[in-house]
Amino acid sequence: MKKTFAALVAAAITATALPASAELVVPNLSYRTGPFAAGGIPYADGFNDYFTLLNERDGGIGGEKVVVPECETAYNTEKGVECYESTKGMGALAYNPLSTGITYQLIPKMAADGITLYTPGYGRTSAANGKVFEWVFNYPANYWDGASVAVKYLLDQSGGSLEGKKITLLYHNSAYGKEPIRTLEELAKKHGFKLTTLPIDSPGQEQKSQWLQVRRDKPDYVLFWGWGVMNQVAIQEAANIKFPMDHFIGIWWSGSENDVKPAGAGANGYKALTMHGVGTDYPIYADLKKYVYDPGKASGPAEAEGSVIYSRGMYAAVVIAEAIRKAQELAGHANVNAAEVRNGFEALEITDARMAELGLPNFGQPFAATCADHGGPGGAMIQQWDAAAGKWTLVTGFIAPDKEVLDPLIAADSEAYAKEAGLTERCK
Amino acid sequence: MFYREAGDFKTSYREDNQTFPIRFDRMGFYAALAVAYGVIPLVIDDYWANAVFVPFLIYAIAAIGLNILVGYAGQVSLGTGGFMAVGAYAVYKLMTAFPDVPVFIHVLLAGGITAAVGVLFGLPSLRIKGFYLAVATLAAQFFLVWLFNKVPWFYNYSASGQITAPDRSMFGVFVTGAQTSATAKYMFCLILLTLVALVARNLTRGTIGRKWMAIRDMDIAAEIIGVNPLTTKITAFAVSSFFIGIAGALFFSVYLGAAEVGEAFGINKSFLILFMVIIGGLGSIFGSFAGAAFLVLLPVFLKNVLVGGLGWPTDLAAHIELMIVGGLIIVFLIAEPHGLAQLWRVAKEKLRLWPFPH
Repeated sequence: MKKTFAALVAAAITATALPASAELVVPNLSYRTGPFAAGGIPYADGFNDYFTLLNERDGGIGGEKVVVPECETAYNTEKGVECYESTKGMGALAYNPLSTGITYQLIPKMAADGITLYTPGYGRTSAANGKVFEWVFNYPANYWDGASVAVKYLLDQSGGSLEGKKITLLYHNSAYGKEPIRTLEELAKKHGFKLTTLPIDSPGQEQKSQWLQVRRDKPDYVLFWGWGVMNQVAIQEAANIKFPMDHFIGIWWSGSENDVKPAGAGANGYKALTMHGVGTDYPIYADLKKYVYDPGKASGPAEAEGSVIYSRGMYAAVVIAEAIRKAQELAGHANVNAAEVRNGFEALEITDARMAELGLPNFGQPFAATCADHGGPGGAMIQQWDAAAGKWTLVTGFIAPDKEVLDPLIAADSEAYAKEAGLTERCK
Repeated sequence: MFYREAGDFKTSYREDNQTFPIRFDRMGFYAALAVAYGVIPLVIDDYWANAVFVPFLIYAIAAIGLNILVGYAGQVSLGTGGFMAVGAYAVYKLMTAFPDVPVFIHVLLAGGITAAVGVLFGLPSLRIKGFYLAVATLAAQFFLVWLFNKVPWFYNYSASGQITAPDRSMFGVFVTGAQTSATAKYMFCLILLTLVALVARNLTRGTIGRKWMAIRDMDIAAEIIGVNPLTTKITAFAVSSFFIGIAGALFFSVYLGAAEVGEAFGINKSFLILFMVIIGGLGSIFGSFAGAAFLVLLPVFLKNVLVGGLGWPTDLAAHIELMIVGGLIIVFLIAEPHGLAQLWRVAKEKLRLWPFPH
């Protein structure tokens, strides 16, 4: 089944390297090796498969084929730089590196090169402020939204008040894991809960001391910002110390099937955020089956289809494809360049009707970007793992984040960046 | 035939003691410099600068620094990543605190700060040796990474703990930040590497270098003939950390542009640079270059051949690449335990005698 899409892509690149390519290039900086491959592989496959579907079914976007050159970063910033430099010369329109560390590195570079950086659900949260970050988009939701949604859900769970409760944040000790701390500190002040933060060093295969501390502190809830192999270890450790799993909530990157399955029945009841639907019950899968899976053009194994991270990779591809479509509409021609695609991202509006048209009804929340708002509504749902059935079930609908707390934080952080980088605000 | 001393007469001590006493070597050195300064800057593009040359130049500086400590002075260190982090955070704090001072000076100051930290962590070397010292420097590695993660002052209280290099220019040309051209990055690193290599080469040929080697070969004997172990070991740590600090500062400010201490300067970095020194050749400046080139260029080369040339899937290529690099390291170390520098030396000996080996 692994009928190497990458090989086809590479062949396509070598074939089109000589004539100035009239194709749409969307590089896929993926990681299929290293400690984070468990998340990187299905994401990259979902991303590839959607573009394959567009090429096979519709002949690309607006009649232009989409080329998705893949480059292995191993979640490593140095390799990320190499990948970015090696693919940007192909006329890349947008990047989605799926790594907060690489994102931080690319933000200034891509603004200088004039290419859009799209970081759905990860990356630098304050990039939601389009006034400062012209080339970065992170709708529909970001980490601070996630933190706020989790706290709102906990408020709801504990009868409207978190006064005097203890919440522990267990996080990957990197830019990714540290992102929510500032928001959670503000929320702790607002709602009167006590926040403890416990870092876990990458890659996070050793977490005994952190869980010992959890056992000693007996927090009411544990929030979890983990990724890769660290997720499985944390869920196993939580099961080992008999921590009540329904009081253990992961961010959307810590809530895939790969994370909970190794802990078996012990993982039952574990909750995680999600910003989109999962499963293969959407009409788009009929098309995917017909045009991609059955002809053997799928990028990955069949069992990953419809899984959480696969769906998210596909969602990212859907948004990028829609932004390119919007760009074509605005520019009036199909062969858009990177600057036009940025305009497409900024003018993008995804409605429920459009999602249904795409074969993904109620898959994600509707959003509309503006010059100032690159962050979207930021809603997320809570899903819970049912170990017996072996699947995630949604326990809430979309919960909106507490923008009252987040907006000043985003403004402050992006202003600090603007000052450091010497930028002036746009959108006046 | 090609490579010999016959007819190359020296008429002064100065000539006799120069770095490259053989004319052919000298010409080769000047030719390399001419290409590095005169040709490459004209043809370099973003890919070649960011994926190949800049990392190579920076790793070469770090390898020279570590080679002084491990290869010349015989003090094993596993703290290189931590010391590079000191250089990176020092240059970040300096760049943000004093934006008007040229970044070149900041880089040198960052080296100086790293030297001070290196001396501090080098003090145990007066009491402990060998593996035990390696463990002590390992403590430095973990302590420094922990420190830069823990204390928000070092990363100017940014939300994510990332440090980002601001745009800074020298003589009207950007050398750090996103707008830096490939040529500027390359030249900035090249100039520093040239300075570092010249200083290192001359230090190792003079009194200080001889003292280092005396301590390395047998510390008790060295002490008896009048080498002060305190100053010798401490200078080795200071000079080595100075260079490593410069490498760390460049790694963050010129190459990566944004860094996170655990990921960019973790224990893996310490091992990588130690492997460069071992594979290149302990106690050899040329070896530092060879080792850095081997471990920086080979993976990029393999990736381009396997993925770009043969069209293999990226994950398969990444795994095969690890195997090939690992296999080659083993082959090299079995075939020539003294590293690439020794291979080069043997080749030169052979060339000198060729075609009449007797």
